Amino acid sequence: MMFDKFKPMADFQAELAERNVEPFGAVTEKILSATEGVVQGRNVILAGTNNYLGLSFDPRCIKAAQDATARWGTGTTGSRLANGSFAEHQALETEIAQFYGVDNAIVFSTGYTATMGMCATLAGPGDVILLDADSHASIYTGVKMSGAEVIRFKHSDPEDLAKRLRRLGDRANQTLIIAEGIYSMIGDVAPLQEIAAVKREYGGYLFVDEAHSMGVMGASGRGAAQAAGVEADVDFFCGTFSKSLGAIGGFCVSRHAELAAIRFCINSYIFTASSSPSVIASTREALRITAAEPELQAKLWDNCNRLYQGLKAIGLPLGPTPSPVVAVAMEDRSRTIDCWKALMEAGVYVNLVIPPASPSSNFLLRNSVSAAHTSAQIDTIIAAYADLKAAGLITGTRSH
Amino acid sequence: MIDYPEYLNFLCSALESQNKNKLVLSENTSLVADMGLSSLEVMEFIEKIEDHFDISIPLNILPDVNTIGDLATKVRQLNL
Repeated sequence: MMFDKFKPMADFQAELAERNVEPFGAVTEKILSATEGVVQGRNVILAGTNNYLGLSFDPRCIKAAQDATARWGTGTTGSRLANGSFAEHQALETEIAQFYGVDNAIVFSTGYTATMGMCATLAGPGDVILLDADSHASIYTGVKMSGAEVIRFKHSDPEDLAKRLRRLGDRANQTLIIAEGIYSMIGDVAPLQEIAAVKREYGGYLFVDEAHSMGVMGASGRGAAQAAGVEADVDFFCGTFSKSLGAIGGFCVSRHAELAAIRFCINSYIFTASSSPSVIASTREALRITAAEPELQAKLWDNCNRLYQGLKAIGLPLGPTPSPVVAVAMEDRSRTIDCWKALMEAGVYVNLVIPPASPSSNFLLRNSVSAAHTSAQIDTIIAAYADLKAAGLITGTRSH
Repeated sequence: MIDYPEYLNFLCSALESQNKNKLVLSENTSLVADMGLSSLEVMEFIEKIEDHFDISIPLNILPDVNTIGDLATKVRQLNL
């Protein structure tokens, strides 16, 4: 039967309901600030929102969105290729290109459609895609649609990438290499210097998804490639407006002038409505703030270090280095659910991640840090985990 | 040149460590339905084969692979 394949998921949802816990799609009843809300009836610290710079409540961004709604209306009601390209969209494309120091940019309605659309379109039949094994679902979906030959390389393993490019021989030049800046689930940073060196040796095109690293890394917030000093080796950058920039939307920027023609070939760009003017306006303001106020990034990293070191000190299994994503690795599904529930009861909302959304067989309690968190909030999060450890709910033996 | 039976034997031997259902592995054994491998375990096994034969196995072939025999056929084609 067509619906049989959904039974395991229905059973899992029934189990959660029986345990009176709803970690997936937990409803936020009220947002109090960038870092506090009322979720499922509880006042909680928001430690799972990807709101890295805390700009979703910046008054300048809110005002820009309000003004744009008054000027342009609530929506564009159309595709970028039809009636949905307003001057706001065009201005954001110019500004995001300038932010990256390149000439070409496309703005998409979401980050997912940006990466999926670019990955589905850049390489095609006869080409090869080499993607990191731990790539985001939007990348996997895109490459599957591309028609190219798709090969995985081991996660953040430049030697494995080199080996696979060597095996391709002359076809290495026709290969799109895909990596991310910061990986979204564990928070580890890609070894982009080494990956760029492999690309220089074998050829091909390098695509970097900076969704979780834009605004977070690099001297001017351009991401992990800027921090690694290898932007000149990157052919295409993708990213999102829904994390550091506190809105929704996505982008691709490139030094390749061909992006102008590629724009007209991307289904996820053509066959969907463009972003609402309010979203574009707040994103423009957030981008301006990101470039003008590097102290936000510095505050974010202070908080990242505080949370990472605090959780490490109580012996929790974390990712390799401090990062805006701090994930606690768990082995047992049932115990992870208990921990998520206990954290909520302690006033801390985090993300519960289960395979295959996590990159291994681990279950994750995924925390994301914001520049808007106070030190006291970070300490409350650490204390909540310390209580779980003391209660024996987290053993601290599992590793990523 | 290595023949199909040799690929099949290699794959069956390499899969023994993941044979949690204690099956007698053959070309008709399904990796998922019979052996109960998760998608993660299948990918880890694919990496093992890739390293052993120094080949890359495209993800594109996986929808056509159900049994160990299917995989042996594909690996043989890729390694020709």
